[in-house]
Amino acid sequence: MAFCSKNSRTIINNLKSKLGLSRLMNQGSDGCLNNTNPCRFLPLTTLPQLRNPDSYSHKTGHSFCSQRFQSTTSEQQFASLPNGEHSQELDFPGGKVVFSPEMRFLSESPCVYNNCYRVLDDNGQLIGNSNFVQVSEEIAVKMYSSMATLQILDTIFYEAQRQGRISFYLTTIGEEAINIASAAALTSDDIVFPQYREPGVLLWRGFTLQEFANQCFGNKADYGKGRQMPIHYGSNKHNYFTVSSTIATQIPHAVGAAYSLKMDKKDACAVTFFGDGGTSEGDFHAALNFAAVTESPVIFICRNNGWAISTPTSDQFRSEGIAVRGQAYGVRSIRVDGNDALAMYSAVHAAREMAINEHRPVLIEAITYRVGHHSTSDDSTKYRPADEIEWWRMARDPVTRFRKWIETNGWWGSEAESQLRSSIRNELLQAIQIAERAEKPPVNELFTDVYDNIPSNLRDQEKLLRETINRHPADYPADVPF
Amino acid sequence: MLGVVRKKMLGQSLLKIRPAVSMLRSYSSAAKQMTVRDALNSALDEEMSADQKVFLMGEEVGEYQGAYKISKGLLEKYGPERVLDTPITEAGFAGIAVGAAYHGLKPVVEFMTFNFSMQAIDHIINSAAKSNYMSAGQMSVPIVFRGPNGAAAGVGAQHSQCYAAWYASCPGLKVLTPYSSEDARGLLKAAIRDPDPVVFLENELLYGESFSVSDEVLDSSFCLPIGKAKIERVGRDVTITAFSKMVGHALKAAEILEKDGIDAEVINLRSIRPLDRSTINASVRKTNRLITVEEGFPQHGVGAEICASVVEESFAYLDAPVERIAGADVPMPYAANLERLAVPQVEDIVRAVKRACYRSVPLAAAA
Repeated sequence: MAFCSKNSRTIINNLKSKLGLSRLMNQGSDGCLNNTNPCRFLPLTTLPQLRNPDSYSHKTGHSFCSQRFQSTTSEQQFASLPNGEHSQELDFPGGKVVFSPEMRFLSESPCVYNNCYRVLDDNGQLIGNSNFVQVSEEIAVKMYSSMATLQILDTIFYEAQRQGRISFYLTTIGEEAINIASAAALTSDDIVFPQYREPGVLLWRGFTLQEFANQCFGNKADYGKGRQMPIHYGSNKHNYFTVSSTIATQIPHAVGAAYSLKMDKKDACAVTFFGDGGTSEGDFHAALNFAAVTESPVIFICRNNGWAISTPTSDQFRSEGIAVRGQAYGVRSIRVDGNDALAMYSAVHAAREMAINEHRPVLIEAITYRVGHHSTSDDSTKYRPADEIEWWRMARDPVTRFRKWIETNGWWGSEAESQLRSSIRNELLQAIQIAERAEKPPVNELFTDVYDNIPSNLRDQEKLLRETINRHPADYPADVPF
Repeated sequence: MLGVVRKKMLGQSLLKIRPAVSMLRSYSSAAKQMTVRDALNSALDEEMSADQKVFLMGEEVGEYQGAYKISKGLLEKYGPERVLDTPITEAGFAGIAVGAAYHGLKPVVEFMTFNFSMQAIDHIINSAAKSNYMSAGQMSVPIVFRGPNGAAAGVGAQHSQCYAAWYASCPGLKVLTPYSSEDARGLLKAAIRDPDPVVFLENELLYGESFSVSDEVLDSSFCLPIGKAKIERVGRDVTITAFSKMVGHALKAAEILEKDGIDAEVINLRSIRPLDRSTINASVRKTNRLITVEEGFPQHGVGAEICASVVEESFAYLDAPVERIAGADVPMPYAANLERLAVPQVEDIVRAVKRACYRSVPLAAAA
């Protein structure tokens, strides 16, 4: 390992890149490696420039090159060593294997702790020497408004559930930056496969407050025709695949869709979200492995929020977070401060370019905290300290942090703030009222969409049902249209 | 001897090799011989050629030409983008195929046997079967899951289970069970073209069997309707329903019964979901007696559903209780003698028919 870092440092010093990103990526790769592993650096091709067309400050694009060291060149490295013990190699179907008489186990935790990328400090001020994708005032204000809207949406719908008006809800409190910033860095052609804590992505793409309310109330305007529990949003026209409750099943789906996009040669990628708990599912492993082998343009975004209902990450896995797992599968990975909207934006932006231009999967581990309960069926004070929750809610609120940054830039003020909050609140309350009073889906929608064409046995059952309703109209609910 | 030529034809000429006592089942015109394996291979080839969105994935389907050589030659013809050798993760590649189908491709996923599909069953049921309904029509899944199902020979319990009843109980799926080469070609083409998820249950022992196929069957546009059973043998006295390999057993049983003056009608179900209840019931109303035959476990099997359907719709027409012939209610044993006892044999069908015709003493329920 010593020789690895020594040579890598030499090469990196030669690069004179101002961007820390390449350094960051290399640090992930020369963790605690066994001597027998050839160092793996970044591909030879010039990485895409980090430049945001929205920016008016014209930050010049930086290009970084690093070299992939194939085992042929590493032979030379070995030869140049003072202790020339690594002279034996084996050509193996998976690559080259270098032998060593020294028995050395890979440590169960990397020697170098994965750096977590952030751009704004806890007070929303830019950290010096940070590199990030510049965001225009328009986009930044839209991002902030969406984050605030998401907060208000969550609060009000949660209350509605508590009042018994909807059956279920789960909030995204504490993870607004992940939701909105990632959505902002994508295009509307990118296909999103959510878990269930990402309604912000849909919000960014134009799903209206009324549409959210319709789904939660399961009325006839719901795109899901009243078939799903609340928060199981889905919308074809927004390229947002319907939420399904099963954990992590969406991860291989995203890889399949990405493969399909690659075959179609589209300028788009697939993006999938999941939590720290979801990475324990078999689907996570199969999907990452497969994405690497099939070279599919997919972005995996893990919301590592510390808790899977009541299971803390220390009971969930013993790896050093999620980003190191990506590396194990041959997937380029990064750890990001999930509560820093600018950092999330930059990371997703860069990941998207890599995924599409280089046909590769990318894993982003976003460190955050689930401030709310798991759902309305949960009371998290039963398994975690209330002051921990409060600290993350107040001191580390991603929305406040981003607000401080846009206020520093002179793009936002307290008047705009109060105006936004009250108007969203009113709009939401009205949307809920309308959704609550609206009719439920008609009875024929019980039987459609099981198959592409309705089969004869279901047609017969519908007929039977209508006959029964006609015979006993008093037993039939009044708000379900016939 | 059964009216199906079972010897594999080496040359393609019928005149040279036809055994003297065989009777070829007559199809529409001059019949060629085709194995079920070739039927499946040709159907895949033609559908992949006709539609660029169709692609094949599974373990060993590419370089190895298919674990049972069903996908022979396809990698060479269509390249690695359309014939994918997958890592060993049924859950993984089933999920990935469903994702590709969500986006509009038409995957054909091969399970080396359907026993291994249990590792992927969450994706088959929750991600594929239910998606169209749960997304209110926004996510359709034009996917086919295919592979050998049921018992082979001497492969033990983890390689011998029949999954027809499991999958057929799930709304949103279609379940097909071909028997002959005509079935294999027509149903596989129908499955690939169908916009709904289809579970296509083949049988390893049938792969090598040859059947006559007419020119119509060989045409690339040939397609069989999903949900229609076929009456393989018309009869008057008793109805025998069967699917997959058991159709062959039922036909042999019918030959034996003919000598005893019992004229059996054999229905090849072809489609377990949707089940062709009207054909079955029309037949029972004609014959008044029913035997259902299947290879799988007896409880909650396909025969149970058929029996319920007939009792619901044609109760007054039954002259005898419906009897179900099924595999023994044990995990499949390995030893050859035990295995033979665990799977329905021709004699079991013959005896059951005789009981239904009151030609022998009824047994206590054997299930």
